[in-house]
Amino acid sequence: MAGTAVLGRLSWQVATVVELVDETARTRSVVLDPPAWPGQRAGQHVDVRLTAEDGYQAQRSYSIASAPEDEHLVLTVERLDDGEVSPYLVGELHAGDELELRGPVGGYFVWEESLGGPLLLVAGGSGVVPLRAMLRHHRAVGSEVPVRMLYSARSLEDVIYRDELTRLAGSDVVDVHFTLTRARPDGWQGYARRVDRKLLEEVAWAPSARPLVYVCGPTSFVEAAAEALVELGHEPGMIRTERFGATGG
Amino acid sequence: MTPISRGFRGRRDPEIDASRVPPGQYVTDDFPVLSAGPTPHTPLGEWSFTIRGAHDEPASWTWDELQQLPRESITVDIHCVTKWTKLDTTWTGVSVGTLLAGIETSGEYVVAWSDGGYTTNLPLEDVTDGKAWVAYAYDDEPLEPEHGGPARLLVPHLYFWKSAKWVRGLDLRQEDEPGFWEGYGYHNYGDPWQEQRYWGD
Repeated sequence: MAGTAVLGRLSWQVATVVELVDETARTRSVVLDPPAWPGQRAGQHVDVRLTAEDGYQAQRSYSIASAPEDEHLVLTVERLDDGEVSPYLVGELHAGDELELRGPVGGYFVWEESLGGPLLLVAGGSGVVPLRAMLRHHRAVGSEVPVRMLYSARSLEDVIYRDELTRLAGSDVVDVHFTLTRARPDGWQGYARRVDRKLLEEVAWAPSARPLVYVCGPTSFVEAAAEALVELGHEPGMIRTERFGATGG
Repeated sequence: MTPISRGFRGRRDPEIDASRVPPGQYVTDDFPVLSAGPTPHTPLGEWSFTIRGAHDEPASWTWDELQQLPRESITVDIHCVTKWTKLDTTWTGVSVGTLLAGIETSGEYVVAWSDGGYTTNLPLEDVTDGKAWVAYAYDDEPLEPEHGGPARLLVPHLYFWKSAKWVRGLDLRQEDEPGFWEGYGYHNYGDPWQEQRYWGD
């Protein structure tokens, strides 16, 4: 199970904020230009560190939203109202500011072309961020690995990367399904319920296809989705999870 | 040179004793969860805890046998590498020293292994002398599966990934061998007070 990546010391570096992109009312993408970036694999994250004038510091981890092939390093951050770092990143940061970070971190919740598939990506809320990096990597390398994504959000307005995901779903090998758990627009044709065993049975690859499964979202979402997948017959060892706590950002 | 984050003040709680919070950590009242895969559910009737790699035969305890061993109540601060720290958590379990009593070994390292395939490595001296427990209750309630129940290792002086959830045994080793996260770039030892998060820290 040992990873293959050979890592040196992960040093802190100061990146410049190139651009900020509002994704939804609560999420913003921070486009960065780190000076000595070693590259990353889709699904990895970075540590971000803020420093107040009196020297007080706060660190948090954020998933990388960009593909390894993209020109810039992009983090997509959801504002947590009682958070310490995310309200700053979403509300205070300006283009041209400096942001301290180190990474990439994490070597298990990653997908790269060589791992093959088929691929099942299950996202809850902002858990879509590292899965979007995998989809962008998939497209950038022209992968033929078939992908199905199931993305659960509260409403259409809460869907991050909606236009991009819809475009990516135009590919012959990529299917994206949205399910909206709280509010639906008039005439909504997609799913309208929480991710459960029945929904996964409809959308997911059959266990016999031995898909590689990546599940990311809040803890309760990941617990429910991973448990349902195991009940459906997917091998636990094929299911990789990343959970977000209730607090943190 | 660390830049000042213009306009950042932080949210500091004056009630919290900063000397209890390791560098780069923040205090939470929640109990977040970090796991690499689905939560395993092993029935207690099939559960056992095994220590292997000693000079003698493996030593093994059923769930009921583990409950018969002297139990300790421990109140400790825990520190997760994902930056949260939780103060004054209360656990019940059996000291690893109790389990190792009477087992002779020339090993200097242990690998804890769990249902689901998770492993983590520790020096033997970090799990003896009242430094580690096999914990089966949290706040006087049976440990929830998502937090590692029915039993998890509790090694509070190291980052919490060393406190293997769903633990089923310890392998005694002559040589140190990286466990699951240690093989993916996380620090081999993981002392939160030295901020040993990743390789090279």
